[in-house]
Amino acid sequence: MSGGYEGKENVVNIEQSENRLVLQGNEAIVEGALASGCRFFAGYPITPASEIAELMSFKLPAVGGSFIQMEDEIASMGAIIGASLAGVKSLTATSGPGFSLMQENLGFACVAEVPCVVVNVMRGGPSTGLPTSPSQGDVMQARWGTHGDHPIIVLAVSSVRDCFEITVHAFNLSEKYRVPVILLSDEVVAHTREDIILPELKNLEVVERIRPSVPPEWYIPYEDNSRGVPAMADIGSGYRHHVTGLIHDAKGFPTQRSDEIDAFTRRQFRKITNGFCEIQMTKSLMMDDAEIAVIAYGAVSRSALRAIRIARERGVKAGLLQLITLFPFPKKAVDPVLRQCRAVLVPEMNMGQIIREVKRVNLSSKVVKYSRVDGQFITPDEIFEQLLAMYM
Amino acid sequence: MDEKFAGLRHDYLRHDKKFPHVWCPGCGNGIVLGALIRAIDRLELEKDELVLASGIGCAGRMPVYVDFNTLHTTHGRALTFATGIKLAKPELNVITVMGDGDATAIGGNHFIHAARRNLDLTAIIINNQIYGMTGGQYSPTTPYGAIASTAMHGHIEHAFSIAELAITAGASFVARGTVYHAAMLDTLLAKGIAKTGFSVIEVMSNCHTQYGRKNQMGDPVTMMKWFKENGVSKEKAARLSEEEMAGKFTIGVLADVDKPNYIEEYEKIREKAGAV
Repeated sequence: MSGGYEGKENVVNIEQSENRLVLQGNEAIVEGALASGCRFFAGYPITPASEIAELMSFKLPAVGGSFIQMEDEIASMGAIIGASLAGVKSLTATSGPGFSLMQENLGFACVAEVPCVVVNVMRGGPSTGLPTSPSQGDVMQARWGTHGDHPIIVLAVSSVRDCFEITVHAFNLSEKYRVPVILLSDEVVAHTREDIILPELKNLEVVERIRPSVPPEWYIPYEDNSRGVPAMADIGSGYRHHVTGLIHDAKGFPTQRSDEIDAFTRRQFRKITNGFCEIQMTKSLMMDDAEIAVIAYGAVSRSALRAIRIARERGVKAGLLQLITLFPFPKKAVDPVLRQCRAVLVPEMNMGQIIREVKRVNLSSKVVKYSRVDGQFITPDEIFEQLLAMYM
Repeated sequence: MDEKFAGLRHDYLRHDKKFPHVWCPGCGNGIVLGALIRAIDRLELEKDELVLASGIGCAGRMPVYVDFNTLHTTHGRALTFATGIKLAKPELNVITVMGDGDATAIGGNHFIHAARRNLDLTAIIINNQIYGMTGGQYSPTTPYGAIASTAMHGHIEHAFSIAELAITAGASFVARGTVYHAAMLDTLLAKGIAKTGFSVIEVMSNCHTQYGRKNQMGDPVTMMKWFKENGVSKEKAARLSEEEMAGKFTIGVLADVDKPNYIEEYEKIREKAGAV
């Protein structure tokens, strides 16, 4: 493991916790969001994500938060940005068709640097596609779906436990870097029930955005600093300022000056680059002596884990690198795997999206694609067969 | 009085914003902004408690000039952002300013649902019957037969009446004013902002540059005269026949009803859910 994920593993003392539950992935996302301090949810019904909205509508009012069902996903995205600007951690959840509608305001969250978390429970697409079969077809949309040059963080969950933990990470990274975070789930993870031990809240690291410490008259809303992440004042806290979707100067006012535009764009990317080591989250399993490996993410990494265990039983030295962070692409974790192994398999429930990123890291290595696009889940046996062929 | 109003500029406009503004000489948007400032001054609202959110277009540029908490959102979406802000901080007074295309074309769905939901927001819709910033294309309020840059042979669609749309959709307070009736506009805006529940103030305004020039009203004065002659009070309109009202529109407060608003109702939900 590397990055922030590794650090979190030791935080929760499983033996002492009595919060043992059987949850589905969507429910665990709700628990993770509430534990992160999320107090606002706006959404629109869509399968296979609706359970998140339903549970939020039930639980948020009890903790003093607000839930609202909006008229569409465009509005849902607008509402969570508004709530976040007012200082409240905010979440929305959707699936492919709704995620497409959210891209417009997602760009606003990028340009105005508004922390928020967007869950996309992937189903088959494009368009209405395959309700409701699993898919990983939205990986590149999560990275590049909104127009214009922009950084964004994309995380992928593979289990119910991930759904809790990675949701907490999603909020933390969003707050810390003032960037929207996309949490990619899929229909398998969303609806699989597994046991989970919820950590005590006091054992959980929860990050809050940095708010200005200077008096309001000194506040410059988009002033650069060493981290590249400006302090963020809540609307209505006395720090009156302007927030716009136009490219803006340090004061937040629209600008056409090329020097200010350049500085703005470069800072957006610099803040993510600066935090790369922390943002990059991956998990390595049986990699120490691996000669071949699987690089997988989401529910497929569960099948991959089973496949490498079968392989090991047969004497095949196979390992797994599970990607939790998809973007910024965790190249520092992928590169050593490509150097170490003579062949690497990238199984995906799409025609090959992350495999292109893998190949970009090291063009000289042998990277094998395995695609399944028939609406069915990739099984351990399929991956094992591929591994066996690669090992021979 | 004039001196007092002139002084208000310095109290409410931003001192550090780069002027001049983006609007054409003679644009009605400045009159609406003046009326909004006078209404806010009359209501003695604190600048820290005020949020002015807009969408895209000429009207969308209004927030950047005023010293409130301001937000310039995406096209048609001002009410969605405003909804999030209001739910997160109900103590804030959240006002949106939109154009006719912004509010009733691309943002039409958000508009009718905000009215139906009855969240305590104020929506100012500056209706100049055209897309001004993009060059005079027809909007949902462009009259039948008018000329627009995308209707050079004459417009064949029929216009929305924004105020009537708002009433039907369930808004608590609906008024229509014009930039000619500026003193009345102060009052309508003040009433709308003070009203608890969803308020809509439609303001008939002039875009002589993009609408007037193509429709035999090529200067602000001609358009002002048109508003003066065709804006009819609700009381007077009641006395006129349908034929006499043809081409005219009612001005004043058109609806003012009291019904449970979203924030109060949600508080009850929290109590039911056992919030502490």
